[in-house]
Amino acid sequence: MDPVMLARIQFASTTIFHFIFVPLSIGLAFLIAIMETMYVVKGQEVYKKMAKFWGKLFLINFAVGVVTGILQEFQFGMNWSDYSRFVGDVFGAPLAIEALLAFFLESTFIGLWIFGWDRLSKKVHLLSIWLVSLGTVMSAFWILAANSFMQRPVGYVINNGRAEMNDFFALITNGQLLVEFPHTIFGALATGAFLVTGVSAYKLMRKQDVTFFKKSFHIAVVVGLISSILVAVFGHQQAQYLVQTQPMKMAAAEGLWETSDDPAPWTVIAAIDPEKQQNAMEVKVPYLLSFLSYSKFSGEVVGMKELQAQYEQEYGPGDYIPPVRTTFWSFRIMVASGTIMILLGLYGTWLALRRKLEQAGKWFMGLMLYSISLPFIANTTGWIMTEIGRQPWTVFGLITTENSISPNVSAGSILFSLITFTAIYAVLAVVMAYLFVKVIKKGPYAEETGDQHVSDPFAKEEDYNAVS
Amino acid sequence: MLSLNELWFILVAVLFIGFFFLEGFDFGVGMSTRFLAKNDTERRILINSIGPFWDANEVWLLTAGGAMFAAFPNWYATLFSGFYIPLVFLLLALIGRGVAFEFRGKVDNTRWKKVWDAAIFLGSVLPPFLLGVVFACLIQGLPIDAQMQLHAGFFDVVNLYTVVGGLTMVMLCLLHGLMFTTLRTTGQLQERARRLARRLLLPVAGLFMVFGVMTYMVTDIIEKKGMLVSLLLILAMVAFLIGGYFMSVKRDGWAFGMTGAVIVLLVTSVFAGLFPRVMISSINSAFDLTIYNAASGPYSLKIMTIVAVTLLPFVLGYQIWSYFVFHKRVNEKEHLEY
Repeated sequence: MDPVMLARIQFASTTIFHFIFVPLSIGLAFLIAIMETMYVVKGQEVYKKMAKFWGKLFLINFAVGVVTGILQEFQFGMNWSDYSRFVGDVFGAPLAIEALLAFFLESTFIGLWIFGWDRLSKKVHLLSIWLVSLGTVMSAFWILAANSFMQRPVGYVINNGRAEMNDFFALITNGQLLVEFPHTIFGALATGAFLVTGVSAYKLMRKQDVTFFKKSFHIAVVVGLISSILVAVFGHQQAQYLVQTQPMKMAAAEGLWETSDDPAPWTVIAAIDPEKQQNAMEVKVPYLLSFLSYSKFSGEVVGMKELQAQYEQEYGPGDYIPPVRTTFWSFRIMVASGTIMILLGLYGTWLALRRKLEQAGKWFMGLMLYSISLPFIANTTGWIMTEIGRQPWTVFGLITTENSISPNVSAGSILFSLITFTAIYAVLAVVMAYLFVKVIKKGPYAEETGDQHVSDPFAKEEDYNAVS
Repeated sequence: MLSLNELWFILVAVLFIGFFFLEGFDFGVGMSTRFLAKNDTERRILINSIGPFWDANEVWLLTAGGAMFAAFPNWYATLFSGFYIPLVFLLLALIGRGVAFEFRGKVDNTRWKKVWDAAIFLGSVLPPFLLGVVFACLIQGLPIDAQMQLHAGFFDVVNLYTVVGGLTMVMLCLLHGLMFTTLRTTGQLQERARRLARRLLLPVAGLFMVFGVMTYMVTDIIEKKGMLVSLLLILAMVAFLIGGYFMSVKRDGWAFGMTGAVIVLLVTSVFAGLFPRVMISSINSAFDLTIYNAASGPYSLKIMTIVAVTLLPFVLGYQIWSYFVFHKRVNEKEHLEY
């Protein structure tokens, strides 16, 4: 098999898998920090229970996120060594800073948080989870700074046959980063929030620990609504930025072969034929693409054929059109998921504010349970659109994916790693799902293994055996 | 005055040295769960003794990798692509071990625990072994061509010298881990750790000597850096002896310091032997990767220096503080998180 294809499949699958856990960690850490803050401020035990219960899910998830993240850092060098040589001078810095600034913070304070309930004062313990939350957010910032360079390279100069950094400040104020970072972070907060609302809805439907899950729902649904709206706001900004900086990606996301009319209509669905470079069928909403692209109801959007001709002049002969169907549909799935999240968030918040959660229909609670999947779908499709839509480039305009791989690594080696990583990730996914269900079914008030503080000293001996 | 290239070589070395010193003991504790613990409670005490630390310790490796990528992209690219298969196993081991700590205690079932115990054991033995092999390869030299590409055959990576290097690293970590156990446990478990450490002392010293002697035989370090490397290895032997003395008089803290010192001195000797090279080509010394031809540009190094110098004191500060918070010994009378 083609090593480029294998390396791409491996990157795609391991990154998508990793990014199931990352946004959930970011979102849950933030929510748990809020819950523990309420515990410290209000002094009610229920908030401590909340931090601990959601904390359990968070920790299972965090562990998988951490270990799959190690692989991410190694993968650039292992499979993409020519890429690493070419961009290391620019791209390595944010990765190193991420480790130094964020990973150390997260890992140290998560240890303090897990093991420190009885050893730290309430306030220092609270500070620990906030620092973990800060760590997850900073981690996102630096890795997205690296990614933004791939979307829109800035702050560099080509020297000695490679990209060399010449403006660090430009790198961290990259226009792409300024839209991509908030878009991703609010998506992550929404991911955590929808998990909490979904699980709470499930528990409320079954009338289990009603006070606990009502309070959890209230906190999370507000965070979920606000984040979902902000995701859309920054998504809109990002789309406008895209038209300016990566018009090909935007054209592909719109299935726009020919340059559009002015004003440009938005294609809701289309039957795309990449061979003939045309769409057999299209359903369009007038004016909308102009609005998405420029925030006004006029303006044309350049199509793929025209851009292809432009790029051939600029970069030489080649195919500069990314896989159109994937880009087109991943964009739509993302937008649809996000839209449903906003609607559910609105209704859920309305119920919560009017204290009518108990009267909510079963249909709504059931819907909330299944909606746990929505942010995950949106996160994944969003990244598929971003990364597939940038093809054939790894760094837009500078280096192609084909030229990025390790020339000294055989297809057989990549196949071997692909199979073993897929296998271990499959095991992780199953185990994690099993543990999540187990923790959720048990609920926050069940006796847990290993968490038995016994006041009667004579009961202890027995207890040791029970612990095992 | 140090050049930035030299400074970053030292920083990468310090990160790896810190990694082996810190994760070294939690690898050792992870290994010892297999034979030091007599029952599940003891196994849990061992795991909990490293519970608050192992993740942050592992970040030293991640940061070393990140620093290498940023400061010496060619080193990072050649090393990581060249050691493809060993790194696959390293990743599998670290992945299994990391989740095992978290998952193990979540289900009360013997078979479940056995699976994760195996993951903890393998995940604690394999990484120091593989990294020991990789570091031995680094000073032994590897077939690196003029394009900085490493095409390593099986025997370039796996040979007597590198295997001895791997085993030495494993045993040193085990010894270091046992000494950590004497510091964080009480009673029988602590006593058993002490006894096992004392019994291992001679064999490990022997292995270490063999590795030291072989280093002179199979590498060019004697002609390049004979004095410095010899000095470091002799100091390591001295630390070994002092460590043995402290073990016999039950000064556990000092003994732990000495096993750590042996690891630090050994890893330092590897980097000292390499300098100013970062990877040695066995084809032609003109193809060596050095701190100059593998490095990022001066601007990038300057930025990274500012960032590292600003952040490192904080990182060290809160990590040391976390060890202070959890200085109390772990026993069965208290709540065990894992």
